[in-house]
Amino acid sequence: MSSRERVLGRVRRALADVPGDARPYEEAVARDYLREHGRRSVPETVDLLAENLADYRAIVHRCADGQLPELLTRLLAAHGSQSVAVPPGLPPNWLKAVDATRVQDRAASTPPELDRVDSVVTGCAVAVAETGTIVLDGSPDQGRRRITLVPDHHICVVRVPDQVVASVPQALERLDPARPLTWISGPSATSDIELDRVEGVHGPRTLEVVLLSGS
Amino acid sequence: MSGTFVGMPAFPVAAREAVGDRTLRSNLRHATRTIRDKRARAVAELDDWAALREAGKQIKDHTLRHLDRYLVQVEETVTAAGGTVHWAADADEANEIVARLVEETGESEVVKVKSMATQEIALNEALEARGIHAYETDLAELIVQLGKDRPSHILVPAIHRNRGEIRDIFRSEMSEWGRPAPEGLTDTPAELAEAARLHLREKFLRAKVGVSGANFVVAETGTLVVVESEGNGRMCLTLPETLISVVGIEKIVPRWQDLEVFLQTLPRSSTAERMNPYTSMWTGTTDEDGPRAFHLVLLDNGRTDTLADEVGRQALRCIRCSACLNVCPVYERAGGHAYGSVYPGPIGAILSPQLRGTGSEIDASLPYASSLCGACYEVCPVAIDIPEVLVHLRERVVQGGPAVRDGNRVVLKPARGHAAERAAMRAAQWAFTHPGALRTGQRLASRTRRLHPRTLPGPGRAWSGSRDLPAVPAEPFRDWWQRTHGGKGGAK
Ligand code: SF4
Repeated sequence: MSSRERVLGRVRRALADVPGDARPYEEAVARDYLREHGRRSVPETVDLLAENLADYRAIVHRCADGQLPELLTRLLAAHGSQSVAVPPGLPPNWLKAVDATRVQDRAASTPPELDRVDSVVTGCAVAVAETGTIVLDGSPDQGRRRITLVPDHHICVVRVPDQVVASVPQALERLDPARPLTWISGPSATSDIELDRVEGVHGPRTLEVVLLSGS
Repeated sequence: MSGTFVGMPAFPVAAREAVGDRTLRSNLRHATRTIRDKRARAVAELDDWAALREAGKQIKDHTLRHLDRYLVQVEETVTAAGGTVHWAADADEANEIVARLVEETGESEVVKVKSMATQEIALNEALEARGIHAYETDLAELIVQLGKDRPSHILVPAIHRNRGEIRDIFRSEMSEWGRPAPEGLTDTPAELAEAARLHLREKFLRAKVGVSGANFVVAETGTLVVVESEGNGRMCLTLPETLISVVGIEKIVPRWQDLEVFLQTLPRSSTAERMNPYTSMWTGTTDEDGPRAFHLVLLDNGRTDTLADEVGRQALRCIRCSACLNVCPVYERAGGHAYGSVYPGPIGAILSPQLRGTGSEIDASLPYASSLCGACYEVCPVAIDIPEVLVHLRERVVQGGPAVRDGNRVVLKPARGHAAERAAMRAAQWAFTHPGALRTGQRLASRTRRLHPRTLPGPGRAWSGSRDLPAVPAEPFRDWWQRTHGGKGGAK
């Protein structure tokens, strides 16, 4: 007998004396919890996102459409970045004024090559206000997962209010499970030393989030 | 189940030694108290916590009730997404599968993201025996591995170590494994984290094989979810060419939407955050992004035996948040090592004896490693009634009865004069010298009266053996006192 049959057989025997349960999934789970916590206007939701991002040590900037290239140039310079990883579908004008060397996100590049890149600039799929989370889904303006992981400095641009939802349930509704997803809430951190939160372990130690509003 | 710490004394003996270790006690007290208060605040932010908890319980119960169906669905969806599914009835089978998969890649090193399942099956040791080095990459796991130590907490396996001890371990051991600790390393947490970053980076960058567990597997989509903080998980899940995930069969949830419950309850219960820094979700393989080969090993190893137990099966709802450890007065004093298993604390006391059976002295004594105060149940985000299962397991140890071991129905003999009795006596002594524990024990005795036989099992039996057990009043005196006196002076 294969292990598969053995495990499935054991499961069925283990449940043999349980009374039949014909209830469909929909009836078995009462979803009495809230779809979002509190009532907020759209600008208030964006404010909450900014507040919660900052609470977990992300650096938050706000800017209007036309000012983005100038802001990104300034942030990369302030960080002393010589090179910046660029996802294939990042709007070209975002980095038009940047001095740092652009490193395209390519399948052929190796992790050690990526380790020499100082920063990365991406868009995002959705941002969650209640938890201060940005979610990446590998779309062309975000690139492969590793480019937001290996460089030590990540600048993520969130289009507000379109990409902002209030809550985790609303975020999941917008996401496609078939895509590789990375939920990011603040920079890399650990609580492993005396259960005290310390920022900065393996992921980017600096996370900057730009809340970009339409012009 | 392997993974019993070899030569482990029964809980009371190990606990007595631990209670005498003052550094350990103060490390633990400091850490668990900090996180306890933070958790309470994080939970209080959500006014629908009770409804989320109930939904989490129902989702898990429904899945367990139809586990055969959902397992087959996981196999279908993961395969359709480009993954390969393997089935392992026990630890040996799982280790053999993983070792073979690593050997097939031609590699002799793997990077690992912290996983309870792989600790439970002692995967690292099994790989080492085949000449494959497994590098733990979670900071606490690294501390444990470098210190040739054992994990003592689900979430923070090195919780028993303070910063000074961690610095000493890094200084003396890192050079053995790779990049040495930086010159002049101090004990500030930020510097220690930096040392770990530097030490592990070279391993991440050259790794070809990653090994992980998973917090959740979504049946309808074939998606795996890993919740973490440091980014070591992301490194292991995305940089290697081959990814092998070993996952207990109870980790399944039916639908994508179910994650909306657990992604709210898990971070707040474990690290007391609104959201943990990183959560990775992947479905099979993605072209030109992340591993080219993905293997899912579905692990039984005693879970179906647990599923066969009407009362005990609720332990399979556990999402390993560790909130029950942090509130447990026994854990706080005894520490994680005393439980003799990778699953310490209240959940370990009900899970290990079910996964491994109550044959060994340590496993037979584990159901007594509790004062039945009920704090674990109150914080559990999937409402596992740990005291109920403890009482049930005590009865099984003392009175024997039917159980399922390795898929076979067996009748356990009562353990007369067994270590458990001695454990009970010691637990009783401990409780009498710690009135707080006895008080809460009595309180629970009233709230769970339907569970109680004429004599209390376990420590209760030892107590009632030497004194008359008063009739349990409908409302416990202490509750009445708290209610009528507003809890003033009612120390808790
Ligand atoms: S038993 Fe409950 S509280 Fe304890 S680790 Fe599991 S889910 Fe968390």
